[in-house]
Amino acid sequence: MSQEEQRSLYWKTNLRIIAGCLIVWALVSLVLGILLAIPLNHFSIGGYPLGFWIAQQGAIYTFLIIIFFYAWRMNRLDRQYDVDEQ
Amino acid sequence: MDLQTLSLLVVGATFALYIGIAIWARAGGTSDFYVAGKGINPIANGMATAADWMSAASFISMAGLIAFLGYSGAAYLMGWTGGYVLMALLLAPYLRKFGKFTVPQFIGDRFYSQTARIIAVISLLVISITYVIGQMRGVGIAFSNILNVDLTIGLISGMVIVFFYAVLGGMKGITYTQIAQYCVMIFAYTVPAIFISLQLTGVALPQIGLGSTLADDRYLLDALDQTLIDLGFNAYTALGGMSLLNMFLLTVALMIGTAGLPHVIVRFFTVPRIRDARKSAGWALVFIAILYTTAPAVGAMAMWNFLNTVQPGEVGSPEGNVLLEERPDWMERWERTGLLQFEDKNEDGRIQYYNDRNPEFAAMAEEQYGWQGNEVIRVDRDIMVLANPEIAGLPNWVIALVAAGGIAAALSTAAGLLLAISSAISHDLLKGVIAPKISEKTELWAARISMAAAILLAGYLGLNPPGFAAEVVALAFGLAAASLFPTLMMGIFFKNMNKQGAIVGMLVGLLSTLVYIFLFKGWFFLPGTNVLPDTPDGWILGINPSSFGTIGAILNFASAILVAKVTAPPPAHIQELVESVRVPRAG
Repeated sequence: MSQEEQRSLYWKTNLRIIAGCLIVWALVSLVLGILLAIPLNHFSIGGYPLGFWIAQQGAIYTFLIIIFFYAWRMNRLDRQYDVDEQ
Repeated sequence: MDLQTLSLLVVGATFALYIGIAIWARAGGTSDFYVAGKGINPIANGMATAADWMSAASFISMAGLIAFLGYSGAAYLMGWTGGYVLMALLLAPYLRKFGKFTVPQFIGDRFYSQTARIIAVISLLVISITYVIGQMRGVGIAFSNILNVDLTIGLISGMVIVFFYAVLGGMKGITYTQIAQYCVMIFAYTVPAIFISLQLTGVALPQIGLGSTLADDRYLLDALDQTLIDLGFNAYTALGGMSLLNMFLLTVALMIGTAGLPHVIVRFFTVPRIRDARKSAGWALVFIAILYTTAPAVGAMAMWNFLNTVQPGEVGSPEGNVLLEERPDWMERWERTGLLQFEDKNEDGRIQYYNDRNPEFAAMAEEQYGWQGNEVIRVDRDIMVLANPEIAGLPNWVIALVAAGGIAAALSTAAGLLLAISSAISHDLLKGVIAPKISEKTELWAARISMAAAILLAGYLGLNPPGFAAEVVALAFGLAAASLFPTLMMGIFFKNMNKQGAIVGMLVGLLSTLVYIFLFKGWFFLPGTNVLPDTPDGWILGINPSSFGTIGAILNFASAILVAKVTAPPPAHIQELVESVRVPRAG
């Protein structure tokens, strides 16, 4: 593979990872935390109604996991395509 | 030792610490001054970013906002943290790879246009100056309401401290002071929260306590829902204060706005490597999340304590409400600041707090309970954090700590904003446009002088706050969402985006958001000049002006893409620049 093809494949993989992360991001915060929160409140975690917990706690924990996952995944991808910083 | 002396001692000690750091972390050159020499450890940068980001609004106002909005307050919690995901995935690593000093510089270089750079500078100045006014108010509130010190003296001493470390050390001094300020702030926020959680639920962690049971085995949130319903309000865990559509749009606007704030973006220019920029965004959110997951507990528990202080007995029984004469000391103390006010409307010597804007409930309460209207005629939401230690009966040193924490939150954010303002002036306008030939030494002096001028301007605005101070904060987020974020993102992800597209997109986003806000808030916030009434019925399609940033961002993307399609693609060297920004190791 030429360097140009390599680069383009690297970028496409990156875009796929970003898309996956952003789908989880939007699903948890905007869909579960807002659009479906009221029906989800029929379930509960301890004394927290589920929709309320996702909106005020769970979404923030999810954001943290997404960012650290992306950092880990991209560092691996950088090494795989030999574009990591020395 | 009395509260006043103790508070002044604690605040004085933190100030001495900040000055010590300022002397230690002086800036040697422009790289030190603008981006701390790109040598900050990613975890340290995360902590500094957290302090930079968490303003007086996060520290003093957010928990109170949540206390009165209930579930819907999550728009702020998710909006102000979700933006970090966008920043970490879409901006931070690429802008770090670009490797220059400021946000407008990236826009100017990427879109090969001084016009684009100047529009970005204007957006940055409007966003940052409006934001700084809020911080100055926060310093003022901490001094005049907690410390009982004259507002002018408090503000001036705050400005002198910022002057010291920001003018001497630039980004380097600011970063190390922010780390210290984060520690002060987070300690001051979590200590009262832990004590209150222990008192109410027996669980030390507020994040768990909020989902636990009270002494009578009822879940705290169930009990809070019930009490609020009994008093004619919405349930705490139900949608309140805004429609579902506006909650959705507001959350998105705050997320995009957060990712587009220049003073936060520039923090990711200070780390040594691209992989540090990715990781650092995560660490920033860790340190932010400690406060942001505690805030919902602080809000709900403060609300519960407040309701139970006013309404210790059954709702509607003649002895159910607290006697005005027997109200606790902390209420009297806060009445003196004007943030809390009572009026015994039915002259029964007791305080009734209920929702008299709920006509059905108000009529029933008047007929059956003899209530003549809500008697808590003013309860400023800031009280929910400021009076928290007193409500929980905590010792005086905790109250002193809250004052120091509020000041730390305001000063750390103010310093970050002032740096963004001064580097836009010295680096983008002076060095970039007006006099490109000046030496590094002259530029460093120019940066210091514009920093000093920005501090004086902020101090002046803090002493003479414009009447619209609260309104403009929404403007800052809306503008960041509508102007800077889409342009930065397209600069990285759309290789064919050209200068015409970027300029048109920024202007469309900027102007549509400004006009929409002015339609309801008055032209340039002049009272009485609004074209449409600022009520849910008056809003176009029911969209709140604070939530319009989302629409502005969509308009920016759409118009930029349209214009770029019909104009010439960017030159080859710009396309190469985009290619190189996308890959960590490449020329």
